[in-house]
Amino acid sequence: MSLLEVEDLTVNFYTEEGVVTAVDDLSFRIDRGEKFGVVGESGAGKSVTALSVMRLIEEPGRIESGTIRFDGQDLMELSDSAVRDVRGNDIAMIFQDAQTALNPVYTVGEQISEAIRHHLDYSDAEARDRTIRLLDDVGIPEPEARYDDYPHEFSGGMQQRAIIAMALSCDPELLIADEPTTALDVTIEAKILDRLDRLADEYDTAIQLITHDLGVIAEMCDRVMVMYAGRAVENAPVEELYYDPKHPYTVGLMSAIPRIGDRQDRLQTIPGTMPDLVEVPSGCSFHPRCPFAEEACTRKQPPLVDPETGDGVGLSDRSAACLAYTGDLDSELDYEVEVKGGRGSPPDDTQPDPRGGRTDTEPLQADSDPVGLDTDLLDRDGPDDSGGQQDG
Amino acid sequence: MSTERGRIRITGFDADRVESREPLSDWTEERDTETESRWERAWGEFRDNRSAMLGLYIVALMGILAVFARPVTIAGVTVQPFSLAPYDPSAILYVQGLDVSAYEAPSLAHPFGTDGSARDVFSRVLYGGRFSLSIGFIVVSITAAIGLVYGAIAGYYGGRIDEVMMRLLDLIFAFPGLLLALIIVAVLGKGYWELVLAFTVFGWAGYARLIRGEILKVKENEYVMAAKALGARDRRVIFRHVVPNAIAPLVVQASLSIGTVVIGVAALGFLGLGLPPGSAEWGTMLDATRETIVQGPGGTIPWWVTVFPGGAIFLFVMSMNLIGDGINDALNAQEGTDVATGGEV
Amino acid sequence: MGLRRFIAVRVLTTIPILFGVSVFTFAMVHLTPGDPIDQLVALNPQISAAEEAAIRARYGLDGPVWQQYFTWITNVLQGDFGTVINVDQPVGPYIMDRLPQTIALGLFGWVIALLIAIPTGIYAAVNKDTLGDDLSRVFALSGISLPNFWLGLMLILVFALWLDLWPVLAPNKPLFSPAMLKYLVLPGVTIGTASSATLMRVMRSSMAEEMNKEYVTAARAKGLPERTVVLKHVLRNSLISVTTIAAFLTASIFAGAVVVESVFAWPGLGRAFVKAISGREVDLIMAITLFTGVTIILANLLADIVYALLDPRIRYD
Repeated sequence: MSLLEVEDLTVNFYTEEGVVTAVDDLSFRIDRGEKFGVVGESGAGKSVTALSVMRLIEEPGRIESGTIRFDGQDLMELSDSAVRDVRGNDIAMIFQDAQTALNPVYTVGEQISEAIRHHLDYSDAEARDRTIRLLDDVGIPEPEARYDDYPHEFSGGMQQRAIIAMALSCDPELLIADEPTTALDVTIEAKILDRLDRLADEYDTAIQLITHDLGVIAEMCDRVMVMYAGRAVENAPVEELYYDPKHPYTVGLMSAIPRIGDRQDRLQTIPGTMPDLVEVPSGCSFHPRCPFAEEACTRKQPPLVDPETGDGVGLSDRSAACLAYTGDLDSELDYEVEVKGGRGSPPDDTQPDPRGGRTDTEPLQADSDPVGLDTDLLDRDGPDDSGGQQDG
Repeated sequence: MSTERGRIRITGFDADRVESREPLSDWTEERDTETESRWERAWGEFRDNRSAMLGLYIVALMGILAVFARPVTIAGVTVQPFSLAPYDPSAILYVQGLDVSAYEAPSLAHPFGTDGSARDVFSRVLYGGRFSLSIGFIVVSITAAIGLVYGAIAGYYGGRIDEVMMRLLDLIFAFPGLLLALIIVAVLGKGYWELVLAFTVFGWAGYARLIRGEILKVKENEYVMAAKALGARDRRVIFRHVVPNAIAPLVVQASLSIGTVVIGVAALGFLGLGLPPGSAEWGTMLDATRETIVQGPGGTIPWWVTVFPGGAIFLFVMSMNLIGDGINDALNAQEGTDVATGGEV
Repeated sequence: MGLRRFIAVRVLTTIPILFGVSVFTFAMVHLTPGDPIDQLVALNPQISAAEEAAIRARYGLDGPVWQQYFTWITNVLQGDFGTVINVDQPVGPYIMDRLPQTIALGLFGWVIALLIAIPTGIYAAVNKDTLGDDLSRVFALSGISLPNFWLGLMLILVFALWLDLWPVLAPNKPLFSPAMLKYLVLPGVTIGTASSATLMRVMRSSMAEEMNKEYVTAARAKGLPERTVVLKHVLRNSLISVTTIAAFLTASIFAGAVVVESVFAWPGLGRAFVKAISGREVDLIMAITLFTGVTIILANLLADIVYALLDPRIRYD
């Protein structure tokens, strides 16, 4: 049994413009201790999925249908107070923007220890000690002195560390990290992700990592789900996704990553933008942007199938939702994946030092980031956390 | 899948194909291409707001009743011959030979009863709208205009000019508006235009502060910078570019202030410091009936002389506030900060 | 900058404003054509020019305006506010006789306003767009639309005359006795209604605004009960914006006192002010105006300090 099993989840938002189906018939699972990535452009339904798992969807949103089984128990069936026992205790969340996720009028320490007191029945002094240990764990220097600081006295990186400490405070089994480093600059991002990665191993916590950054996924995750317009379009173990993408949207995302040394006239992009979810295109919702689309794509919504056999799948590790695998398309998906110069092979002249890949691509990143994806992919070396406190 | 590991490069995802082909379906990215202006949209919103529309109808009705209550004569020429009010608001009815006494209870002949001088309260309430409504609209128009200019100058020039102009505002805000109005009446005396002045002299301060804040927000916009860079004169920049953008919150504030002014005018009337005694002004009418309540007359209490004039003020101010809230919602001018105040002055 | 220093700086910056308030008060009454002596002369044509000059000199009205201001403020700072001519009594004691009545009424109004507005505002924001929220909004809109003098008259009409529950006029008893509390209720409710309506609207909108912030979702994600989320996390943040209208509310209580004291024949400063206006008691008008301005400025100062205590960020800005 998996730690988390979400089946046929549908979440609607009843807005003035109409009903928005933010998450449409979505299924996935996360195993114990696993690191599961969810990737897609903003508006794909990633955050709504995360909030649904914690049953934190608020008006005008509503979880329409589906089951969310955590540890064998359907969260949808629980009473409000039983769900509150799960929140923060068994499932915790790391928010995207630590600055807004921290209450400005309470000290950082208080905001961490209140959850500890609430869930674990610790006394004030015990909760304080545990909080100080957590602050130390996430790399905040002088945690004892920092306990009584207010959020505005922390730097952005330290605020994010505090949010991580808060999420880890009751030793949860699942950590949902919603774009945990998007608001931070690149050097701090690497340190924080690395810290999160190590702590998750240390605390034996599963992570659902939500991001629009394929590079972050590559670095941390075991399995990936690609979302588009509220649906899963591809599921794959992380290496397979990169070396053998099956869905045209994934292919588009990967092509959109510019590289030094590519002598192309212009950057490759996915044409158009993601549809707003009030009026989703018929058939395959990606068809208006897909170079491989055919007339059939406007009529039939592709099911998630095993790309090898074309058979329907349940919570499979490897699936893609494209009519190419169900035999409905006339032609092939004619893209190619080239793999150049394996790791350890001599560097080519356009990239003198593969280990310095990030620095080399940085100038490019600043002004050519067509879909908000990181510029270097799988090329990135493990971040250096030797100066873990520098961002403080 | 290749077993080789290294740098990945994908070819064949050809965006041009999407752009050059005929669209596969009639789905397009752009929907509801909105050609309406901001004000047209706001009016649409406002029309859908039932309580605001109710307020608008009531205010319109009260305005029409006030205008058509008695004929209007300008320089000897009757420009409005209609007379909806059954009696002359200042006529003492038994003097005219009618069988009517003071404090008669409401009846078919006198729906709101008669007052202590045997005058028809219904006619007086209808006619009284002329004072409150006209003073309300005049005061708000003048104060909004002054506040607009004052706030625009302070906000646009900034620096020391702004500093000095704002300190003056701070001082005005240190006193309740009603207190200042009372002092002005003490200096100028009673009367219609004296009342207008009493609420105008300092009443613009709120608009000035509001407009200044809005100007500071718009001033940094590119089109203003561009106009300045092109050498437009200051006055032109302020009134052609900056002011139109700051006007929406001004409209909201003005619509909510009319009620405040009307209450203030009536309060002065009630304190005996508004119009001459006997005027058919709502507050003055209430002042004239205080004896019936505070002294507690034996026998029946002539409640109608208190209920109807005061009810008219309440109905009008409530309707104005409904309209103001409606405009606020429609223009979405001050998101989240609807510190609308209509009661106290 | 520490809290202590913040308060010290804030107190110091209040001093020039208080000076400005005194100038403003003086100017309001004096920068109009004519002065009390002109009126005196108009009413008593037998006064000769020499006598007029002598009287002017006696009241310090012979110099330029700034000199007159200087005379007045020097006297004021020494506790001499002039004379109430009508009763031939110094302004100081005259005010002190009436001040406790107004303070009692104002405080009562404040308490009623807070007791109604804070819980209703919280309730309305938490249960947004429900029937209860709609009702509270109708209450708030009615509250700001009701002329307080009419509300007072109606309360008297209903509770004192029809239901005969309250006597209308307070007997001449010491203010601070249990018997007097009863007489405070109707004027207190009258004065508090408009303030509570305004406060409720601010409370509701600021609570609603805070409820949409991410720290609220974060607090819920910690598994805290909704009660804790609202009363601990949201309330304290929204009270911060409520303190910013405290000065406005103080002003509205003062304005309310002027009218409500007249309705209920309550022997306070507000009623004295209306009498002073009718009787052109210049010294009394100036004294009460100055007192009002100073009180509102001090209320502002207090609100800023409370703001700093509630919001840890302000001390460092």
